[in-house]
Amino acid sequence: MPRKTMIEAIRDGMDVMMERDDNVVVFGEDVGFFGGVFRATQGLQAKYGKSRCFDTPISELGIVGTAVGMAAYGLRPCVEIQFADYMYPAYDQIVSEAARLRYRSNGQFTCPLVVRMPTGGGIFGGQTHSQSPEALFTHVAGLKTVMPSNPSDAKGLLIAAIEDPDPVIFLEPKRLYNGPFDGHHDRPVTPWSKHELGEVADGHYAIPLGKAAIRRAGTAVTVLAYGTMVYVAEAAAAETGIDAEIIDLRSLVPLDLETIEASVRKTGRCVIVHEATLTSGFGGELSALVQEACFYHLEAPITRVAGWDTPYPHAQEWDYFPGPARVGEALLRAMEQ
Amino acid sequence: MRDYPPLALHVPEPAVRPGGTPDFSNVPIPEAGSVARPEIDADPETMRDLAYSIIRVLNRDGEAVGPWAGSLTDDELLQGLRDMMTLRAFDARMQMAQRQGKTSFYMQHMGEEGVSCAFQRALSPGDMNFPTYRQAGLLIASRYPLVEMMCQIYSNERDPLKGRQLPVLYSAKDYGFFSISGNLATQFVQAVGWAMASAIKNDTKIAAAWIGDGSTAESDFHAALVFASTYKAPVVLNIVNNQWAISTFQGIARGGSGTFAARGLGFGLPALRVDGNDFLAVHAVAKWAAERARRNLGATVIEYVTYRVGAHSSSDDPSVYRPKTESSSWPLGDPILRLKNHLILRGAWSDERHKQAEAEVLDAVISAQKEAERFGTLHAGGRPSARDMFEGVYAEMPPHLRRQRQQAGV
Repeated sequence: MPRKTMIEAIRDGMDVMMERDDNVVVFGEDVGFFGGVFRATQGLQAKYGKSRCFDTPISELGIVGTAVGMAAYGLRPCVEIQFADYMYPAYDQIVSEAARLRYRSNGQFTCPLVVRMPTGGGIFGGQTHSQSPEALFTHVAGLKTVMPSNPSDAKGLLIAAIEDPDPVIFLEPKRLYNGPFDGHHDRPVTPWSKHELGEVADGHYAIPLGKAAIRRAGTAVTVLAYGTMVYVAEAAAAETGIDAEIIDLRSLVPLDLETIEASVRKTGRCVIVHEATLTSGFGGELSALVQEACFYHLEAPITRVAGWDTPYPHAQEWDYFPGPARVGEALLRAMEQ
Repeated sequence: MRDYPPLALHVPEPAVRPGGTPDFSNVPIPEAGSVARPEIDADPETMRDLAYSIIRVLNRDGEAVGPWAGSLTDDELLQGLRDMMTLRAFDARMQMAQRQGKTSFYMQHMGEEGVSCAFQRALSPGDMNFPTYRQAGLLIASRYPLVEMMCQIYSNERDPLKGRQLPVLYSAKDYGFFSISGNLATQFVQAVGWAMASAIKNDTKIAAAWIGDGSTAESDFHAALVFASTYKAPVVLNIVNNQWAISTFQGIARGGSGTFAARGLGFGLPALRVDGNDFLAVHAVAKWAAERARRNLGATVIEYVTYRVGAHSSSDDPSVYRPKTESSSWPLGDPILRLKNHLILRGAWSDERHKQAEAEVLDAVISAQKEAERFGTLHAGGRPSARDMFEGVYAEMPPHLRRQRQQAGV
């Protein structure tokens, strides 16, 4: 199978869907002629024309607001917000409109919409190029929230998201665009061409939303992670020698509670890892769900490793980013009890 | 030494407050028939003055005059009159039903019936309105059943929205009426997107966006104008200036802009200002803008100058922020009376027939109300099932919602 970067896989996913379905349209800031600041839409305008892939004014609310109208008409817009950090002007359209349209109209109008957003830190992005706002979406009834961690999943999940009849927030960890990253910023980065999950099947395939993937089978402790933190957790397990079972959630809503529950019942321990700030982060929800479902199987308190409750700093990038050392400590702590 | 006196914040105030004498002498009202009618494909630059005037057809004597006259036949006007009368009767009955506790909330259209009832006649089947909560005339003029509207207001077992929405936030896709949201202005930009979609698919349908004077201050208004301008979207951008946003007079939202229509000029859009209480003028301008959109010439901004005669909602008391008699001093009068007088002048109508029509309309509304109440009112009789609460959040119910529905015991 050909190997692709996550960028190429995402582009391929849009290409496949634009080819298959005339109703798929792609737009956002710098998305058209230029092909996107991360090159995710490169070549799509040339291939499908300006009415299928086009540039927009710099207005996130305009991008999502018009997309909601298009979806209500019957199109399947796949729009881009340049950075997840800039989604806030569109938040009203996402929360009050896209998420509720089916419900409030009793199905007369629907919103088959995908909002792609590069997300996450580890790139010296500072306060407004590093945020992980997934909890602001998972809290909203009517939205689905997805975050892939590798090229193969990125394409399959994006295709599933575009085909989904409901609005999907598609968060792309930009730190993983060109290669996996385990938090060891002092080491050279390996490209996706050297990683087996860089293998991306040609043509159409979909990975169902709501299904987690076990990245590393283990018996000692369950690690719940998504995005960049999957690789950080893998590094932490390798470095501590703890036989962790690492679950890449992939889809936060809907959530694959079955896979989580089976794993924690087996291991009796659970560490939750995300880049986003701790308080009211998605980890809180995961912790509560695990506690409710696996109380009698737990042998240690559930631990969360997350970004600190501060805005994402610039100079202190590696003090903020939950790297393998912090995750490793949490694994050791979980095993002590 | 300071070179300048201290700065001071400017906060606009309406001319008159409760206890004062209403005064609209500062509102310039052009003569009916005095504003030019540009060609459909005219360059917006050539009609900038239309954003600062008021297009009017009916003169003081009730005659239809000038270049905008003649867009409707007598039969169409008679139907329009009946639509406005129906809406007014509907409002009165539903307002009363709210007072009787049959529903929690209602919003009237008193004084603004002309805008939505006339506009709908300029649309074709398949076109889509993106209304606010004060355009029920679009539904009535497109023959949406009154019973359905009432069942929505009552949140009863026949409520087409299954009791999920506040009263008056209707949704009627088959009647070209987009689902109303409580969040102001959001639909304005969605209408532009819907119109862009129609253009992307090389369709022939157009969209109509609706917003009030107060909500033009929302960001969505500005985004809508940018996108409509950039993509020449086939959409009519309607601003209903009824002078009031709850207790806030229109000067707060308008700021230093001469008119709301004038905001369109900066976006390169044709901007027209029209007498919102003149059924004929509203229709003629709406038809012009719809025609422009259909010919792929892009979007038009229309400001309807009208007056919100009633309270903002059943939860509002206007007498605490504006003179009680202000609406009777409003210089553009009442849309129903004005159309009635015009039709009488034309010999197509009479006082007797009007009285009779009033009785017929009231009768139709009351019988619809009786039928709707058979299916329940908010606190009595049939109501949607608690199961309906969990349906429709997603196309397919995800596992966590299924668990919650089980917990709820439904």
